[in-house]
Amino acid sequence: MTAKLTNAQIAWRAAQDIPDGAYVNLGIGFPEMVAKFKPEGREVIYHTENGILDFGEAPPAGQEDWDLINAGKKPVTLKPGAALFHHADSFAMVRGGHLDVAILGAFEVAENGDLANWSTGPGSVPAVGGAMDLVHGAKRVAVITDHVTKGGKPKLVKKCSLPLTGVGCVTTVYTSLAVVDIVNARFVLREKLPGMSLDELQGLTGATLLVNGGVKDLIVPEV
Amino acid sequence: MNKIFPSIEAAIEDIQDGSSVMIGGFGGSGAPIELIGALLHRYRKTGSPGSLTVINNNAGTGGIGIAAMIDAGMVAKMICSFPRTSQPRAFTERYLAGEIELELVPQGTLAERIRAGGAGIPAFYTPTSYGTDLAKGKPVAEFEGRHYVQERWLKADVALIKAETADHKGNLIYNKAARNFAPLMAMAARTTIVQATHIVEPGAIEPEHVVTPGIFVDRIVEVADPRQEEVLVREGATQ
Repeated sequence: MTAKLTNAQIAWRAAQDIPDGAYVNLGIGFPEMVAKFKPEGREVIYHTENGILDFGEAPPAGQEDWDLINAGKKPVTLKPGAALFHHADSFAMVRGGHLDVAILGAFEVAENGDLANWSTGPGSVPAVGGAMDLVHGAKRVAVITDHVTKGGKPKLVKKCSLPLTGVGCVTTVYTSLAVVDIVNARFVLREKLPGMSLDELQGLTGATLLVNGGVKDLIVPEV
Repeated sequence: MNKIFPSIEAAIEDIQDGSSVMIGGFGGSGAPIELIGALLHRYRKTGSPGSLTVINNNAGTGGIGIAAMIDAGMVAKMICSFPRTSQPRAFTERYLAGEIELELVPQGTLAERIRAGGAGIPAFYTPTSYGTDLAKGKPVAEFEGRHYVQERWLKADVALIKAETADHKGNLIYNKAARNFAPLMAMAARTTIVQATHIVEPGAIEPEHVVTPGIFVDRIVEVADPRQEEVLVREGATQ
């Protein structure tokens, strides 16, 4: 069995599919890592829910301006040409179809594109943030995730068992083992680790992986 | 016209028990710490205003701002999108003990409900939350082949807002991303109270640069050297 991709490698792979000139929202946490792997020569404009377009990396320690943060409440900087706006405009950008790509994490993704990523059910304090808005409106809604849970259960499933974030909203899933597109409410395998057989991958996936015209090797550098 | 109040205490003295209070800010960015401080001081001294419904994106961090209001026992209900913060103790304790009510609203829906409240739009349809637990009990309609959830406007008795610069007429400019919900809340509250770092004469703000027009602002107090919530939380301060 081939070693699965690290989180950094999953983020790298997702970054390769962001086109030049795209407006992109990266979810809090793991998805923020995608920004590190933007291919050289491409311009990507990042959006954050709390009202910034075109923010850049964190400032050096000690130079933070805590009024200038991203949705994860981390300090950021403004790039030349950045814009500031209020929350209603920010979510008009989200729901209005103006973002090209949104990248989120997931607990589960179903073959019809349903996403569960905000609640593990009763017993804790529920919190949703902007996730339910972000899954509607971006032209592509990509998920980055391990292929299976820590307990080894599939995260790509026939039907989500956890509370939904959105219905039929995910377009592509980048996992630790494969790249899977969602087409006509089915999982279509685009790439898989070269050392892994289709049967082996199918065994770790909770719904049928369709193969439409060949599967490419998922090859990611050490990052 | 002059909306400048002589003191922060005077600006908040008529907020009643049971009021709904919109508080600007996203995490610590834009949190009106001094206005909250004055409200806390009044509550500790007089027991009023209590039983508040507080509307904010979050539900307080550490022991500062909204978290301090919750710790003091002033808050009966939170309307917010993300009550889990880096230090959510104050809200979490009360919530798990059943001592505070939570209305969880997706962030974009929260913003639009407040905007609608300020704009005279009683309800609107959004794709957000369709098919999820947060859409339960809400009317659904189909437009151009997609499903949308009906959401209602959100208004409040009071908004507490932090601005960078205000003029006497109430025109406001904010500091960077501290703007977030504030322009919407200023529209949606019956009484909008602003703490401003700088107060300038009318005309000093370029009309082209006004972010919140003064019509949405009722009271202004100068807080020349405001404290920043995130900095205070990192210092472990309480309020």
